[in-house]
Amino acid sequence: MKFSEFISSKSIKVNMVSEGKTEAVAELVQGLVDAGSLDAAQKDGIIQAVMNREELGSTGIGRGVAVPHTKHSSVKEIVGTVGVSKSGIDFRSLDGDKVNLFFMLISPPDRPSDHLRALENIAKQLQNESFCGFLKQAKSVEDVVQLLNEADENHFGS
Amino acid sequence: MVQPEVRLVAVVASKHGLHARPAIQLAETAQRFVSTIQIVKDDTAVDGKSVLQLLTLLAEKGTPLLVVARGKDADAAAAAIVGIIETEETTTNP
Repeated sequence: MKFSEFISSKSIKVNMVSEGKTEAVAELVQGLVDAGSLDAAQKDGIIQAVMNREELGSTGIGRGVAVPHTKHSSVKEIVGTVGVSKSGIDFRSLDGDKVNLFFMLISPPDRPSDHLRALENIAKQLQNESFCGFLKQAKSVEDVVQLLNEADENHFGS
Repeated sequence: MVQPEVRLVAVVASKHGLHARPAIQLAETAQRFVSTIQIVKDDTAVDGKSVLQLLTLLAEKGTPLLVVARGKDADAAAAAIVGIIETEETTTNP
């Protein structure tokens, strides 16, 4: 599943201000609410659901990347955002490193295969060190959107 | 000396497929063994110790995966990995 099919460009954050884990999740969810991708009335419930998922095991998968996610009945199709933190956020990752790059996914409960396909694309692209490196250095939302488009067009191989 | 090699087939049991949590659990478990561990779906083989590579398998429920462990603890490693792939999930959240 291409980034353009699930990442809400307007919600992307390139200079995350959060320092803690819950704060970071809230900042990403707020971005999706502001972009109109999530219902504002559901915001607190979605943040809680993402944090409940994190309690089952951190989605900080190492190399400065985390994929916080949840299912939520308020969304009809999968929505996602990207967050970049220059200083890094302690997300209790597997390797203990701070997280600079977030891919958040909120999926409808009845579409497990879309969730898996979105994760597959994120994982595939993140294995490319150029893609990962350029994203971490992105200075504007436009930079991120351009990188995601280039990834969708297979500019990063694989 | 030839390293022991163990090959076992496991079918993905989770209704959510091999998503983030089981992939992380599988890679963390694989990292505890000295054996190399490959997970093969059709003609694609990935490193069982890499979460990112595991997520690219796109292994949905019911997918048969071949576990190939090579090394002195290959028996235990393959058995542990098969156990994770074949664990059903009770939670509703992936």
